[in-house]
Amino acid sequence: MTEFNPRSNPIKLSRRTYLSALGLFGLSSWMAPSLTMAKKPEAMEAIAKIAGSNTIRDGRVNLVIPPLVESGNLVVLKLSIESPMTANDYVKAVHVIAEENPSPNIFTAYFTPRSGRAELTTRVRLADSQRVWAIAQMSDGSFWRGYADTLVTLSACTEMI
Amino acid sequence: MNLFVFCLRVLPLLVILIGVDSSQALEAPKDTRQSSYYLMTLENRAMQDDSNLNPAAFWVMDGHSLWKEKIGNKNVSCASCHGDSGQKMAGVATQFPKMQKGKLQTLEGQINQCRTSRQEAPALAYESKELLALTTFVATQSKGLPIAVQETPQNKKDLQQGHQFFNTRMGQLNLSCAQCHQDRAGLKLGGSLIPQGHPTAYPIYRIEWQTMGSLQRRLRNCMSGVRAKQFEYGSQEMAQLELFLMWRARGMPLETPGVRP
Amino acid sequence: MSKTSRTGITMPAQAKKGTIIEIRAIAQHDMETGYRYTEDGKRIPRDIIQLFTCQYNGEEVFRSDFYPGTGANPLIIFTTEAVASGTLVFKWVGDGGYEAVNQAQITVS
Repeated sequence: MTEFNPRSNPIKLSRRTYLSALGLFGLSSWMAPSLTMAKKPEAMEAIAKIAGSNTIRDGRVNLVIPPLVESGNLVVLKLSIESPMTANDYVKAVHVIAEENPSPNIFTAYFTPRSGRAELTTRVRLADSQRVWAIAQMSDGSFWRGYADTLVTLSACTEMI
Repeated sequence: MNLFVFCLRVLPLLVILIGVDSSQALEAPKDTRQSSYYLMTLENRAMQDDSNLNPAAFWVMDGHSLWKEKIGNKNVSCASCHGDSGQKMAGVATQFPKMQKGKLQTLEGQINQCRTSRQEAPALAYESKELLALTTFVATQSKGLPIAVQETPQNKKDLQQGHQFFNTRMGQLNLSCAQCHQDRAGLKLGGSLIPQGHPTAYPIYRIEWQTMGSLQRRLRNCMSGVRAKQFEYGSQEMAQLELFLMWRARGMPLETPGVRP
Repeated sequence: MSKTSRTGITMPAQAKKGTIIEIRAIAQHDMETGYRYTEDGKRIPRDIIQLFTCQYNGEEVFRSDFYPGTGANPLIIFTTEAVASGTLVFKWVGDGGYEAVNQAQITVS
């Protein structure tokens, strides 16, 4: 087995350093992907379109998806947004954005003061393991967000297409 | 001895001994059979249990409409002989596949047999919306009832053939049904738990297909999973394998219409 | 002639005034995404329900947009305040002239 020789050719040494850096990058992106990899740009664009120049604050939006899903074709999604739901203070809309789907917008709901609660359950398609965002637009013009991460596996023995 | 010799000689032996399947050491309980319902997530189980969440409910409704529709040269409906509500079909699906006039018939085959002979209407293709709807409607009438397929002198040969298919290696992956669903049921394949493979809920709304499908469609998926040549829809081999699987699941309650991932 | 399909509504038939009721609405629809291909490589065109609305005695109380990312046989469970007796009308509109309507009566005391 060859041993590391600090007196080896300087060109070989820099290649070694380069490879180590690459390996470190690969290792860190495997360990903490959200920090090292860029998020899906279309998803971020879709969110920007919703909020415009307004800041989106974290909180009030509770998005629930099962953390492990057997098939991404039909995933139960529950949304609950804190709001008094009165005529003067209610949730106008909530947009659900999936980071890794071919098209990020997957569901939008428009509530009214008559809704009683800003809550809903639906079933969505998730193309891959990913983060799903829910961006809520309030009647006072503020924007709030919540998210959920999920792992999507594939059931065994699928159809040959 | 030094570490190197230990790793080379003793450790592999220890690994092999510890890794041996110890399930046979314990006394097996009376009935170890389990429906794959219990392997699903709670959300999917809720989808099956609640008829206003279960997409298959639409096929039951479609099936009921077709049940009452007068068709064919004879211009009669299923309801004309079997009653409007379909309740007379309770207990029927639990007996199939069964020998009818010397031929092994699946439930789909029987429905087609009625259509061609009694209604003088064309047979429906496997996996067609109509056949799935009718099969689901008929099978749903037996929901909760135990599967009643028994070995008889008439079906013995077909049952043995089905049993043989279950135990025969097939495909490029050279695996038999038994190797996964008998020997390794409960273990994991990729991210999924291997089910025992009892056909207790067919026809099912398979989330993978995003629609209703028959047991034969699912078996074809299994065969493509091991890269084997798939049995043809409505074939004798399929009926024999279905017969064995239903016999293997005898006594277990029918869950139709089921939801599966 | 517009396409339509079965739909199902589950909600209470009676409610006390001012209480919040839960409504479950489901439509039978494949929700073809437009991202799938046939065996010979042809793209299957998108065919989905795009809009769902709920009107309570003529006033829209809830609306939602569906997308290719919405699951097949789309289900929506939402709430509304039981304000008065009357009729709730549910409408689904989608590609290819798809339109489905369902309704339910409610008695509010």
